[in-house]
Amino acid sequence: MEKHELMKLKLLSANIRLDVMKMLVHCGYGHLGGSLSIVELLSVLYGKHLRYDATNPNDDNRDMVVISKGHSGPAWYATLANVGFFDKEMLMTLNEGGTNLPSHPDRTKTPGVDMTTGSLGQGTSVAAGIALAMKRLNQNRYVYLIVGDGELNEGQCWEAFQFIANYKLNNCIVIIDENKRQLDGYTIDVINPFDIKKKMEAFGFYTIKVKGDDEEAISKAIDECKQVNNSAVSIVLDTIKGQGITYFENLIDNHSVKFNNQENIDAANEAIAKLEKFVKESLKNV
Amino acid sequence: MYKLVDDRNKIGAAMNLTVVKTLQQAMNEDEMVVALEADLGGASGFSKIKSSHPQQFVECGIAEANMMGVAAGMSMLGYKPFVHTFSPFVVRRAFDQVYLSGGYAKNTINIYGSDPGYTSAHNGGTHTTFEDIAIMRTLPDAVIVDACDDVQIAWVVKEFLKLKGIHYLRANRKAVRKVYTDDSRFKLGKGNVLKTGNDILIIAAGELVSDALDAAEMLQEKGISVEVIDMFTIKPLDEELIKNEVKGKKAVITFENASVYGGLGSAVNDVLVNCPQRVKVKNIGIRDLYGQVGSVDYLKKTFHLTAADVVEETIKLLNRE
Repeated sequence: MEKHELMKLKLLSANIRLDVMKMLVHCGYGHLGGSLSIVELLSVLYGKHLRYDATNPNDDNRDMVVISKGHSGPAWYATLANVGFFDKEMLMTLNEGGTNLPSHPDRTKTPGVDMTTGSLGQGTSVAAGIALAMKRLNQNRYVYLIVGDGELNEGQCWEAFQFIANYKLNNCIVIIDENKRQLDGYTIDVINPFDIKKKMEAFGFYTIKVKGDDEEAISKAIDECKQVNNSAVSIVLDTIKGQGITYFENLIDNHSVKFNNQENIDAANEAIAKLEKFVKESLKNV
Repeated sequence: MYKLVDDRNKIGAAMNLTVVKTLQQAMNEDEMVVALEADLGGASGFSKIKSSHPQQFVECGIAEANMMGVAAGMSMLGYKPFVHTFSPFVVRRAFDQVYLSGGYAKNTINIYGSDPGYTSAHNGGTHTTFEDIAIMRTLPDAVIVDACDDVQIAWVVKEFLKLKGIHYLRANRKAVRKVYTDDSRFKLGKGNVLKTGNDILIIAAGELVSDALDAAEMLQEKGISVEVIDMFTIKPLDEELIKNEVKGKKAVITFENASVYGGLGSAVNDVLVNCPQRVKVKNIGIRDLYGQVGSVDYLKKTFHLTAADVVEETIKLLNRE
């Protein structure tokens, strides 16, 4: 990847992370950990790989995104606002009564949200159906399915993975956010996930594991998946829940964070100031 | 318009094969109609679609929850999915998927839930659903149909394919007695008055409509005049028809192969409490019982769902103070 392109993606990542923090602090609470762990992924998708028209969210030629780990809604909204699906002011309405930005994504409410998710596991099957439909209609389109590692507790994920592998739906790029934590603690303590890459391979997926905070590596992995034509494909992202902000990475319970104590508020404000500085400096170079 | 057959003992075509044939005809005209199965193609006859229209068939394996999601996803690209599985697996195993990936997300899933109530017969209690109507009624804007014969089920399948949303069709797989002539046509959400009468109003659905007509004849012989309604669309319910037809009646009987808790009985009661006229009511159906194994005849007797049971309950009701 050229340096200039990488800089642009890093800038987009910073902007997404910045807006996630602003939204959650404004709202007073929210799903911080699992939003931050997919920031770089969303930056690479919307900044490079995804085919879309922000002025026509339902464009028939677009690639589609299903974030099955629906609690990452805030990260999706911040991304969509940054690439022009709607104004950033809307971000401050997160979770308000009557908002178009509910805690968990709703395709009937938010421009750019392709599928409603929140009951974990369900996005996997819908993405499978979308991918099969695209193939049968001879459409050269991709659906990107983002799944949480904790979400893999749900049996439906594995029903869908069997289906995707059986039909060799290589147009469904399955991306697992292995941030190693879920609501009740570390995945290994809640329900041992064992080796997710090996499990995906056993299910018939061509699988690549990369660092989830490395835009270049994520982009390369997606390119590699697109070269595979005889099997399902998946990418395991090695991430950190709360990724990119050390204080929140280290916060024991960071699935949903409340900004009702000074420590959390200070840490958030410090992160926001740092990110704003980074964005300002990057803009000079991009 | 609908017309009753002359010979009500005549058996129609198998219900499942009627669904299959209707879908095949629809597929010939519309390449966006697609059938999905969860490894019951041999039982439903959907395997015939796999042979005749392989590009319009999706085998999902024994994974009903996934099948509902796949159907919802395909509908997002314009497909008109029709899924089949046994009715308990629709509502007990995959309801969250039907509800969220389907209804809440404004996607389309047409569902043939086969062998509801006692029609699970030799598959037994594990495969019996009495609760499907109650569960599906809570799904906003869902359409629920209990089809009474082959003519009606064919019409319903065609009608569902014209609509967007969640549509649930419950019916036996096997052939049942004919109610309607082949040229009969219906209207979703409109009940059919099959027989007029002055004393009693029987509101039935599904294949028990035939038994309701039997019961009406038996009561007629005892000098009791009975009106029979085929309320094949349980949701949306034809409230106007109930309000009109209850006028002047001494009693209302509801008759269903399902739990009356939240079923047709409850739905009709909800209308009756808002009628100015007070009327005696008996809900015939299932209460606190699980299913069990046996022949259809055995199960109908065991669960008190025969025409004789309707006659007995009607007379009891009329004599009740």
